Amino acid sequence: MNMQAKIQRTPAEQGLMDAFDALVSELPGDSAVTARRDRLMADFGDKGLPSRRIEAWHYTDLRTLLRAVPDHLPGETADEIDPVLAGSHVLPLIGGRYVEPREIEGLKVASFRDALSGGTATESLAPLREDDVIGRLNGAFVMDGYTLTLAAGSAPEKIMELQSVQNGGQAHGRFRLEAEAGSRATFLERHAGGEASGLTSSVSEIDLAEGVELVWIIVQERGLEDTHLAQLRAKLAADAKLTVYVINMGGKLVRQEVDVMVEGEGAHFDLRSINLLAGQSHTDLTLTLGHVVPNTTSEEIVRNVVLDRARGAFQGQIRVAREAQKTDAQMSCNSLLLSDDGEFDAKPELEIFADDVVCAHGATVDDLDPVHLFYLAARGVPEKIARALLIKGFVEELLDELDDEALSDALRERVENWLDAHV
Amino acid sequence: MLEIRNLHARIAESGTEIIRGLNLTVKAGEVAAIMGPNGSGKSTLSYILAGREDYEVTEGDILYNGESILELDPSERAAKGVFLAFQYPVEIPGVATMQFLKVAINEQRKARGEEELKTPDFMRLVKEKAGELKIDPDMLKRPLNVGFSGGEKKRAEILQMKLLEPKLCVLDETDSGLDIDALKIVSDGVNALRSPDRAIIVITHYQRLLEHIVPDSVHVLYKGQVIRSGDKELAAELEANGYADIIDAAA
Repeated sequence: MNMQAKIQRTPAEQGLMDAFDALVSELPGDSAVTARRDRLMADFGDKGLPSRRIEAWHYTDLRTLLRAVPDHLPGETADEIDPVLAGSHVLPLIGGRYVEPREIEGLKVASFRDALSGGTATESLAPLREDDVIGRLNGAFVMDGYTLTLAAGSAPEKIMELQSVQNGGQAHGRFRLEAEAGSRATFLERHAGGEASGLTSSVSEIDLAEGVELVWIIVQERGLEDTHLAQLRAKLAADAKLTVYVINMGGKLVRQEVDVMVEGEGAHFDLRSINLLAGQSHTDLTLTLGHVVPNTTSEEIVRNVVLDRARGAFQGQIRVAREAQKTDAQMSCNSLLLSDDGEFDAKPELEIFADDVVCAHGATVDDLDPVHLFYLAARGVPEKIARALLIKGFVEELLDELDDEALSDALRERVENWLDAHV
Repeated sequence: MLEIRNLHARIAESGTEIIRGLNLTVKAGEVAAIMGPNGSGKSTLSYILAGREDYEVTEGDILYNGESILELDPSERAAKGVFLAFQYPVEIPGVATMQFLKVAINEQRKARGEEELKTPDFMRLVKEKAGELKIDPDMLKRPLNVGFSGGEKKRAEILQMKLLEPKLCVLDETDSGLDIDALKIVSDGVNALRSPDRAIIVITHYQRLLEHIVPDSVHVLYKGQVIRSGDKELAAELEANGYADIIDAAA
């Protein structure tokens, strides 16, 4: 007898199934894509949303936390917004849809919708692994996005800002970038929201060929009622250098995954993350990083400020393959817990199969240092101002590392605005 | 300017008494040196003057310009003109030295009801004072005290003192960790601040600093009390004979 107890679907799970059924005829793509979408949704129907029993989702029980989903309609049409750094090239997804851009030297721009219809996107719709619900949902629902090719050796001066602006409803977008050998550029992936409750998923896939130097900055400023599920997938060829910033300062339920494969010798990966958490929000940053060849390096620094009843989690997994001798991987996660009701969980996970490597991780959770406060007070800085100065210093230290001073200042201003409004 | 009367203080957490009936008077215009062996309570005294919460005053009073400052928090004391040059200046990552200086100056001005300093005026002032102390302007762009050498940290303390223009300066072992050139620069900086309306308390182990900053009075601290006071000759006597004779005489 084959009787399996059918798990009761949650309203959010049912809502996603219904949204897919309602939408399926409008989703773009050739027959292979359509078949892929159906399979992804069938898998979703079987597995549902992950609960805390799934290890990768232990700190973010999506099944419980995601109570309901809005209909799959882009909400109020939101407009393109001013870029973080004035003068940037803006590539917006408005209500989840691609907008024909102006020409940018060195960068080939096409819509992801065309890739879905043209048969070049099918493979990328597959989830990264069994428990990859973000990849699965985005793969099933994705309607549009940007497909970018950075020409070999090119180095656009201006920043390219990819904007996903969404007020309510659902949107599922994708950004793909192929950076050809020797190119250099800075991209900013911006997620902004409004007052209406929305659900967004976003997957970015970036491929760095030999010797590419890329800075990829994610600025997440979704609305207070938004659920935001995002994933960045990156691959680094030999001598490539990738610096990823993840700056979370919005959303109600947020998960940003960063999955990086360091596949070429001499490659280096940096992650810097600033997580500013307030209200009753829940924010999860999950890194999975693989060093699979010899002589590669990585460094991750995560800084969190936790206020009110906010909760946050950082999971950092570093895998060093047996062949990956001389890997140097450093990871640290420091949290300022400024409320008795706040929580931050940090889970480092090192899987090292090579014997000649340097890997270290550390995590701290603190209030502000009373010695620092006393020193500032002894110079006449009142406590409230001293606290603000120290909190800003704690996170802005990471922005100081950016070579582009104008960009660093622009990001600092956004971070300070948030802190001034919340601390 | 400063009158410490029968001061008793202990470490708040452990209750260990460190200052045990200390009396000291320092007049405006005076440079007073406080010397004493390790563990006599010198640094504790400097922290208590600045208002550090880790210490608890159980008896006695500290009068500054005739008023008790015991109820004032450290930033209020600073705004009134009390300045402690730290023995170990605190490293504060992420806060640029320049930014810190500007906040400190303007917060003190605000507390005194004065107008904030405009950025160009502030920049000019810092440049001038930093130049006098041979401080590299690039150092001021770096996070406060982070990665500064021992000498740079002490010079940064004196720079703050010059910029904030306090009325009561307490220098806690400012000579420690300084080579002879840095000692000269720091001492010149302090001497330039000597004025009839300012008092300076120099806390030190060694007479060496007092050859550069010549004190008007010297006080020997032992087990939380001033056991002997004298003029600058007392410092020379301590250098020659050590503390033992004076401690024996006081016992």
